[in-house]
Amino acid sequence: MFDTSHAAAALAEVIGTLVLLAGVVGALEVVLYLIFVRWRKARLGLPIMLVAPAVVGLLLLYVYPLLWELNVSFTKMSLRNFVIPGFLGLTGTKDIFFGLQNYINVFTLPVLKETSFYQLFGQTVLWTVINVFFHVTGGIALALLMNRKLRGRNFYRAMLILPWAIPSLISLQIWRTEYNQQFGAVNQLLGLAGIPAVPWLSDNVWNFVAMIITNVWLGIPFMMVITLGGLQSISHEYYEAAEIDGASSRDSFRSITLPLLRPVLIPAILLGTFLTFNNITVPFFINQNRLETSDILVTGLFRAAFEYNRYGFAAAFAFVIFVILLVFTILYVRTTNALKGAYE
Amino acid sequence: MSAELPQASGLARTTSGGRRAFGRPRRGEDGPVKRTLVHAALLISSLIAVFPVIRVLGVALRPGDQLLDPNFSIIPKDATMAAFQHVVFETPMFQWLFNSLLITLGTATIGLIFAATSAYAFSRYRFRGRGLGLTFLFATQMIPGIMLLVPIYLLAVQFGLVSTYRGLVIAYSVTSIPFSVWILKGYYDTVPIDLEEAARIDGCSEIEAFRRVLLPLSLPALAIVFLFNFLAAWGEFFTASVLIGSKEALLTWPLGIQRFQAQFQTQWADLSAAAIIISIPVVIMFIYTSKYLVSGLTLGGVKG
Repeated sequence: MFDTSHAAAALAEVIGTLVLLAGVVGALEVVLYLIFVRWRKARLGLPIMLVAPAVVGLLLLYVYPLLWELNVSFTKMSLRNFVIPGFLGLTGTKDIFFGLQNYINVFTLPVLKETSFYQLFGQTVLWTVINVFFHVTGGIALALLMNRKLRGRNFYRAMLILPWAIPSLISLQIWRTEYNQQFGAVNQLLGLAGIPAVPWLSDNVWNFVAMIITNVWLGIPFMMVITLGGLQSISHEYYEAAEIDGASSRDSFRSITLPLLRPVLIPAILLGTFLTFNNITVPFFINQNRLETSDILVTGLFRAAFEYNRYGFAAAFAFVIFVILLVFTILYVRTTNALKGAYE
Repeated sequence: MSAELPQASGLARTTSGGRRAFGRPRRGEDGPVKRTLVHAALLISSLIAVFPVIRVLGVALRPGDQLLDPNFSIIPKDATMAAFQHVVFETPMFQWLFNSLLITLGTATIGLIFAATSAYAFSRYRFRGRGLGLTFLFATQMIPGIMLLVPIYLLAVQFGLVSTYRGLVIAYSVTSIPFSVWILKGYYDTVPIDLEEAARIDGCSEIEAFRRVLLPLSLPALAIVFLFNFLAAWGEFFTASVLIGSKEALLTWPLGIQRFQAQFQTQWADLSAAAIIISIPVVIMFIYTSKYLVSGLTLGGVKG
């Protein structure tokens, strides 16, 4: 069924948005042009005009929400105390100031119904390390296999990239059904090997394993594509020179391939870590938001905010999660020099 | 070209016809045993990658009474297109797809324009706050997306943007900017500035040099960024569910297909048929552009 009046309304709305944005951005640019280019004759007039729309957007959709969250993290705001918080909950219609108590509660009380912060943190570390490890090793292995004269290369590439190409919501629905204890393909295959049915969806440990299997399947193609790009940029002459010097293929892998892949892999691993650590889609849809005990930090955060509606607490929890990733990133960037050249 | 080079062993020379008698095979031309092993490994990996797709096809073609039949045949007995017919003619599937397509195209275009211009400023100019700006853009990637949902929702309520596409399009466009700027800036950095300077000497203005010289040269990266933003918005669920909610006429497909999964009884065949219809265009586009993908991503990555 395709309702043309609905479609027309939707089309009008999207076009309206584009026109609205064009108008706002156009007005902004004219003002900036008059101020910086005409009046001040600033050397940086053009770059100011170029970044302005993005800056306004980011202020509105990142900076303001972050400040709002920071403010709310010091209050008792929740569904019961659903008031405009004002400054730190002090200037609103009701005094809901909570000081640092939310931050203390993150570490001392269960963050969900029973699950503690430490359990979620441990599971998140495990989740991230296992996933990124298999993404990288699997990606490198497949890229090495593909990086040669090979009949059917394009066929393999198309097949192997499929998990990335399929919209993840779709593949997650598929995986979820295949984990069905009685009818799912996973247990049927295990059954063929004589292994008894595994409770993928009802036991928290197996549920966690199911999430990891799914996410490993989902994430390998990205690393494979990145690595393949890196491998193809390595000149053959290095390998030929190494062969002349009598290096074995293992030697060349260790002293040519890996070091030259480094500049490609180091940022990719960091990006992969961000995406995995903050991945809410896979745990959310494999678990269908049921078992609390197989959650990771971000799915826990989702529950705290949208299931238990503890907005103040969820805000504090979110900042704790953000800081964990920030500290990791700073250490990673320091030791690997991952952002070398980016600021030049 | 490499046929003349000495072998690694130094002794096993190439015999006539470019075939080697013994010795280690040259890089890129494996021996028969190795070649078989490589194919076997790739075949198994491909099978794992494709397996869920094959299964879903089988489920979509099953008649209603065999849905929960544990059976692995790809084309089931009594295969039927009933589920496809039902999904196409009796559910608003194409409505959802149309909505998603509109939003996604709008978003990817706006996001690309903002990112392309900002990245130019970050790549070609030195100004106060530039380092801070880049760090901020990078740091946004560490923020758990869920964190911003509550304030963005409240902001949307304030501006009357809930249950409209305006809020969603703006939210998607802006959230795509940071990653896009990083990729594009990395790419611009690899394009020699001399080209733009030459254009300036020939009388181009700054903005013309950007538009006529740098932008055309950056086409691969722009395409990648467009594709990425397209895909990110195409499959997005959480922001859409908060900003659109359950307003029937406005549902995007990620919200729509949840309807197939009623609380107690999942409509497996419908879900599978919908999954296939939704996936096919994206998968074709993705596989078609996958060669492009390699070059665009790597260049962004090399510069950090």
